[in-house]
Amino acid sequence: MSLLTATSVRVRSAGAGALTAAGYLLLVLVAAVAPGLFTDRDPLAARPADRLLPPGSGHPFGTDELGRDLFARVVHGTALSLEAAAIACAIALVLGTALGLLSGALGGRVDELLMRATDVLLAIPSLLLSLALVTALGFGTVKAAVAVGVTSVAGFARIMRAQVLRVRAAPYVEAARAAGARWPAVLLGHVLPNAWGPVRGFAALQFATSLLSVSSLGFLGYGAAPPAPEWGSLVAAGQNWFASAWWLSTLPGLTVAATVLAVNRLAAALPDAERP
Amino acid sequence: MTRYLLRRLAHTAFVLWAAFTASFVLLFLLPGDPVATMVLGGGGSAALDGAQVAALRHAYGFDRPVPAQYLDRLLHALHGDFGSSVQSGERVGALIADALPQTAQLTGAALLLALLGGGALALAGAWTRSRRLARLLDAAPALGVSAPTFWTGLMLIQFVSFRLGLFPSVGAAGPAALVLPALTLALPAGAVLARVFTGSLRAALGEPYVTTARAKGATRARVYFGHALRNAAGAPLALLGLLVGELLAGSVVTETVFSRGGLGRVTASAVATQDIPVVQGLVVLGAAVFALANLAVDLAQPLVDPRLLVRTAAPRSVTA
Repeated sequence: MSLLTATSVRVRSAGAGALTAAGYLLLVLVAAVAPGLFTDRDPLAARPADRLLPPGSGHPFGTDELGRDLFARVVHGTALSLEAAAIACAIALVLGTALGLLSGALGGRVDELLMRATDVLLAIPSLLLSLALVTALGFGTVKAAVAVGVTSVAGFARIMRAQVLRVRAAPYVEAARAAGARWPAVLLGHVLPNAWGPVRGFAALQFATSLLSVSSLGFLGYGAAPPAPEWGSLVAAGQNWFASAWWLSTLPGLTVAATVLAVNRLAAALPDAERP
Repeated sequence: MTRYLLRRLAHTAFVLWAAFTASFVLLFLLPGDPVATMVLGGGGSAALDGAQVAALRHAYGFDRPVPAQYLDRLLHALHGDFGSSVQSGERVGALIADALPQTAQLTGAALLLALLGGGALALAGAWTRSRRLARLLDAAPALGVSAPTFWTGLMLIQFVSFRLGLFPSVGAAGPAALVLPALTLALPAGAVLARVFTGSLRAALGEPYVTTARAKGATRARVYFGHALRNAAGAPLALLGLLVGELLAGSVVTETVFSRGGLGRVTASAVATQDIPVVQGLVVLGAAVFALANLAVDLAQPLVDPRLLVRTAAPRSVTA
C-alpha cells in the first residue's frame, strides 16, 4: 500500500504528462479485468454485412474483414497482452533478483560463474534469444511470455548484484553482522529492502519492453492462436487488408504504442531509491 | 596493448563458445525429442511412422550419447558447419551466406540513419535556446523507444508509400526500396542513441574546459563541435555493439513487414518450422556480430577519447 500512495504522491508532483499516463493505464487495466465495461459486442462474432467498415458511430475502431468489431477485439485482447507482459516481467524479476542476490552475497566462484552466464545471455540479441526459446518451447501466449522473460533475467541479476555489493559495505550491515545476525537474515532484512528501489524502477521499464517484445512475437505469429484477439496478432491480421482499410493495423498498434509510452512515462516518474 | 587485445580476443572466443553451448542445450536437449519437434514443426500433423522417425533420428545422430553429439557438433561448428536445414536440406552456412548481404545492407543503412538522426537530435536539443523546442526534442526519443517497429513500419507504408507514393512499400529492388525499412529499423536505435548522447553532451558542456574555451573567445560552434562533441561521443559509442546486435535481430520484424528477403525472413521461417540447426546457426551468428562489434568499439574508444589509454595504462584496481 505504501508503494501505491508513494507513487500517487510522486505522480501528482510529476505533472500532467504522468497523470495522463496513469489515467490511461488505469483504463487499460480495467479493460483487462472487465472488458464488458467498455463494449458489449462479442470480439469473435462475425457479421459479414458489416465487413471492413471504417471507424464511426457504432464501431469506434471500425470492423475487420469478417465484420468483427475491432474495438471489441482490442479491448478483449488487453487481458492476453498484459498477462503475457506481466508473466515475462515476473519471470525475469524473480529469477534475476534471486541470481543477483546469490551472486552478490556468496561472491567468489559462484559469483564468477553466474556473471559469466549473464555475459552470455547479454551477448545474444534479445529478440534472437526469445526466438530460439520459442523454437524450443513451441508457440502460444504463455510460452512466448516465458521466452521474453528469460531474455531479461541477466539485466535484473546485474542490477541486484550491484545493489547487494553496495549495501553489503554499508555500516548498518556491518553492525547487524557484529550484533550476531546471520547472513540469510541480513540479506532478507537489510539488503533486499534497500536494493528494492532501483530493481523496481528497472522492473517498470522492463514491463514496457516485455509488452513490446511479446507483441512482436504475436505479430510474427508465435503468440496466441488465431481466433483469440491479442494486440500483436491483431496488427498482423490487419496487414492483408491494410491498403484499403488503414484502421485495421493502425489502431491496435497505436494501442500498444500508447500503453508502452504510458508505462515508460510512469517508470520515469518513480523515485529511484526509496526509503522503506 | 597486446595483452589487452589478447584478453579481449579470448573473451570473444569464450562468448562464442558459450553461445554455441547454450543454444545446443536449449535447442537440442530442452525439447526432449528434437526429431519429434522438427517433424511436428509449425503445428502440422506427423506424417512419418516410427521407423522413419528412427531413421531421421539416426541421420541427425540423436541416437548417440549427448556428450558425443555435442563434441561432434562443436567440432563441425568450429569449421563453420552447422549441419543442414531440416526444411530444405540446404547447408545452414550456405543458407545464411545467401541471405546475409541483403540484411547487412539493411542493418548498415539503419545504423547510419540511427547515428545521424540520434546525433542530430541530441545536438539540436543542446544547441537550441528555445525552451519549448528543447523540451520537444527531449521528449522525442521516448516516442521512438515506445512504438513497436512492426507498427511504425506499417505506418510508414500507409502514409509515405500508399498516400504520398514516395517510396516502394515492399520488395528489395534498388536503394529506394531500402529507405522505409531502414528508417523503421533505425527509429528505436536512434532514439536510444539520442537519449544517451543528450545526457553525455549536457555533462560535457558543463565541464570547466567549455567555460575556459568560451572565455577565450571561441564561438559556440567551435565549443560544441571542437570540444564537447568528441568528449561526449564515448557514451553513445559504447552502445554501438549492443545496437548492432539488436538491429540484426530486429530485421526479423522489419523484413517481415516489408516482405524483403534476408536473414530476418530466414529466421522467421526457421522458427515457424522449428528448423533447429538453422536457428542455432543464427543464434551463434548473432552472438558473433555482437561480440565482434563490441571488440571493434572497445578498440576504437581510445582513438576518440585518448584519456582512456592513460586510464588503462594505470594500475588497475579490481572492478566490482
